[in-house]
Amino acid sequence: MSAKPSAKPAVSRPLSPFMLGQYYRFQISSLLSITHRITGVALAIGTLFIAIWVMSAVAGPESYAHFAWFARTPIGLLLLLGWSWALMFHLCNGIRHLVWDVGYAFDKKSVDAGGIIVCAASVVLTAAVWIVAYLLPSV
Amino acid sequence: MSLRSPLSQARGLGSAKDGVHHWWMQRLTALALIPLSLWFVFSIARYHLADYSTMILWLHNPYVAIALVLYFTALFYHSALGVQVVIEDYVAGEALKLGSIVLVKLAHFALAAASIFAVLKIAFGA
Repeated sequence: MSAKPSAKPAVSRPLSPFMLGQYYRFQISSLLSITHRITGVALAIGTLFIAIWVMSAVAGPESYAHFAWFARTPIGLLLLLGWSWALMFHLCNGIRHLVWDVGYAFDKKSVDAGGIIVCAASVVLTAAVWIVAYLLPSV
Repeated sequence: MSLRSPLSQARGLGSAKDGVHHWWMQRLTALALIPLSLWFVFSIARYHLADYSTMILWLHNPYVAIALVLYFTALFYHSALGVQVVIEDYVAGEALKLGSIVLVKLAHFALAAASIFAVLKIAFGA
């Protein structure tokens, strides 16, 4: 006879504590793992803005002007900057994942070093994109 | 009729290599997105203050249009796969989980179709 598993267990057993916080010593791997997820979800929401951007362009100059107005507000520019960093982070950490997938850099030392490289690269790349874009003659 | 169990019959035949489909497509789209998203971020940084006619002129360039179609295809595919996993991991309750995944997948299909259509309409338009 088997009992149906219920949602609430009769005995409350200890659960593994959450990876970030007071229970575990800080590790860069867990922090970057959750950051990869958070930036991924943020970028998925960002695709909505990308879709609105091209759809407003196809709808004509007036619709596009509305979108362009929002994109130039401080909130719009902040979202744009945040989006570009989130994308650069997800891209760099994604490459780190692809390197692991083919079986390299999976020892503890390389995993930690890779994490630091990814953090630095995401900031440097974001800054480089905006600096180069503004230094080039305007379109 | 064989008296062997289905498991014993399947053993040794090798996998259909279909179990890794989600994983594989996530990696494949990720690979495509490395150059495409670098190009896209840079283009947005460059064109985000441009006026309507400049933007349309940019989208008329066939290379830009092709790159955008490729980018949107890989982007929405990759995004749908990723969000699916996040829902599977964090949403408790089968009905809510299934409902959210269906909604997210259909929303991604719709946005991909609309975005690609918009790019092509501008690219082919006068």
